[in-house]
Amino acid sequence: MFGLEKKDATLLLIVAVLTMCAPFILNPFPSDSGLAQFNAGYPDLMQRFVIFGIFAIGFNILFGLTGYLSFGHAAFLGVGSYSAVWMFKLLSMNVIPAILLSVIVAGAFALIIGFVSLRRSGIYFSILTLAFAQMSFALAYSVLTPITNGETGLQLSLNDPRILGTSISADGGIPVTQLFGIEMRSTYAMDVGPWLFQFNAGYYLCAILLLLAFYLSIRIFRSPFGLMLRAVKSNQQRMNYTGLNARPYTLAAFVISGMYAGLAGGLLASMDPLAGAERMQWTASGEVVLMTILGGAGTLIGPVLGAGFIKYFENIFSKINDNVLHQWFAFMPDGLEDFMVTIVHPFVGKGWSLTLGLMFMAVVIFLPGGLVEGGQKIGKLFRRKKAAEDTSPAAKTPAE
Amino acid sequence: MDAIILQILNGLDKGSAYALIALGLTLIFGTLGVVNFAHGALFMIGSFCAVTVQRILSVSFKTVDPSKTDFLGNPSTYDTPYVVHWFGPEFGAGIIDWSVPLAILFAIPIMIAIGFIMERGLIKHFYKRPHADQILVTFGLAIVLQEVIKYYYGANPIQTGAPEVFRGSFDFGVLLGFDPNVIIYPYWRLVYFAFAAVIISAVFAFLQFTTFGMVVRAGMADRETVGLLGINIDKRFTIMFGLAAAVAGLAGVMYAPINAPNYHMGMDFLVLSFVVVVVGGMGSLPGAVLAGFLLGILESFASMTQVIDLIPGINQIIIYVVAIIVLLTRPRGLMGRKGVMEE
Repeated sequence: MFGLEKKDATLLLIVAVLTMCAPFILNPFPSDSGLAQFNAGYPDLMQRFVIFGIFAIGFNILFGLTGYLSFGHAAFLGVGSYSAVWMFKLLSMNVIPAILLSVIVAGAFALIIGFVSLRRSGIYFSILTLAFAQMSFALAYSVLTPITNGETGLQLSLNDPRILGTSISADGGIPVTQLFGIEMRSTYAMDVGPWLFQFNAGYYLCAILLLLAFYLSIRIFRSPFGLMLRAVKSNQQRMNYTGLNARPYTLAAFVISGMYAGLAGGLLASMDPLAGAERMQWTASGEVVLMTILGGAGTLIGPVLGAGFIKYFENIFSKINDNVLHQWFAFMPDGLEDFMVTIVHPFVGKGWSLTLGLMFMAVVIFLPGGLVEGGQKIGKLFRRKKAAEDTSPAAKTPAE
Repeated sequence: MDAIILQILNGLDKGSAYALIALGLTLIFGTLGVVNFAHGALFMIGSFCAVTVQRILSVSFKTVDPSKTDFLGNPSTYDTPYVVHWFGPEFGAGIIDWSVPLAILFAIPIMIAIGFIMERGLIKHFYKRPHADQILVTFGLAIVLQEVIKYYYGANPIQTGAPEVFRGSFDFGVLLGFDPNVIIYPYWRLVYFAFAAVIISAVFAFLQFTTFGMVVRAGMADRETVGLLGINIDKRFTIMFGLAAAVAGLAGVMYAPINAPNYHMGMDFLVLSFVVVVVGGMGSLPGAVLAGFLLGILESFASMTQVIDLIPGINQIIIYVVAIIVLLTRPRGLMGRKGVMEE
């Protein structure tokens, strides 16, 4: 199917089914039950899942295949967001030109940064990308204020020109982002008994783009080009000795992954038309690194899993407060209940980053292949089979 | 001329902090070959040692003052720190006033202990893993340390004052024959610079003139051979890790009055310190110190109004621009050795 091997086609199909049915799958608890807070099936969060999934898939094309650890990837996301918002301001509220422009601009930006940064490898490359991203962040905050609107962030306003659209919508407000008339924020809610399922137009646009991005990444992974990138990761020196110049390949990978980030940035802006400099800060770059490693760098599905995992827990864990904890431990005797709440308290709510950090450390220490490797290990345990040969080498090679 | 001297002075304190952190980073990298992303967190913990000592010393008890009453008619109370109660008002208040320098004594054992635990408990297992893994696990550790501090001390910066004696500013210009009030410089920053100079020379002297230092240097050059000679090099490297942690911690303690400690200061400094290390040359101790001061001073030059008028925004990006230029023209950094991190 689509020029994929059977295994990859199945994977793509599974992802397709999962993303298309996400409003059902992520809403397993009736909305009036106590567990409803674990539901993730609301549009805003689902959009984040897929958008950051795209971001992480792109990052994985660079890091997972070539082993180049970029610590400045958020810059491309930020650039994508800014260009998308400018398109909304100047041209029209249709998301297609905005997304196209954000991909192109991010790609061009990645070409410049990659051309310079890829002259060095290892930690020097990481520092160079970090330096460029921090530079973009600092400039977006200060000198480039006419373009980026500095600290406030770039927003739509009523006196934007919008050549192909209207500056002011019929009811006098700022027009909303749409795709040929379908508003991105329009949501169809379906009541089934106590369940409430929400189908959001914006989410489905993102999901379709995620599938495209995922398909493209499978094709890259399985192509001769992808093989070349893996060769760069395993031994660049030997490649140079065989007379191959690795730079064009790594640069191409860098630009592709920059374009993925730009796409993610453009989608973020399409769902919510504003862009701020903090999207480019190095903590945001660190987040995508976390997602990719947590899911499993170098694997196809890993980054998507990692992105979903982090975004889910970020939203759900940070909502748990002491009252919820008291409910959970209510079955225990009073003293023990308070004790348990005190112990768990630092890890939830505002302390969610602590849990994330611990989890991330545990993954790097015990499961260098990420959640995917964890899944494989569990699978092996059940099958009791010597699976050493049949697992694909890509899935087994940890990040370098 | 006076402006130039002023900017050089202004760059010294930040440069000292960069140099100290970069020195510790390089010590760890040179000995253990580990890229420690948690080093900024150690600097931050050092700063919070100062906060903690100040808090401990200011622990007070309440005394009822019967002569005064508040508006409800209850007798009002006032706080007396235990230290003042024990040592008398003059000496006790003096101790509280000097809590930041006193925190050095408190920070040294704590930082060394943290360093030991980190090395033995975590980093030891990462020697054979790729550099990216080391970066990632220490990055995770940095997040954890940062969040723990945030949990206990809150997210807001905590003002921690320098001793009363050092609070004023020093008119440097008079000394050099300029008009008064042209070049004024806070005393504490001078102290910080002197302190950094002492620590840096102490580290270099330790490595250069003691047998222990000689063995460590030999180990940095060729770990295996030193091991084959029957020297337990791992143990010495662990001690060096503790030392590097202590250097970062002390840099943090003394920096507390300059920059109110907050939980993310470590990360802010870490990013810059890595740039410093790379500019200086991975694995080169003099390079780290040199680049630290150089970038600190350049940064303060770039924040002069004349320069900003010329190139807007340069003060924000100067360090990165320098790093990019250095990395592209001198790939090994200013004083980098051959063969370090070049695989």
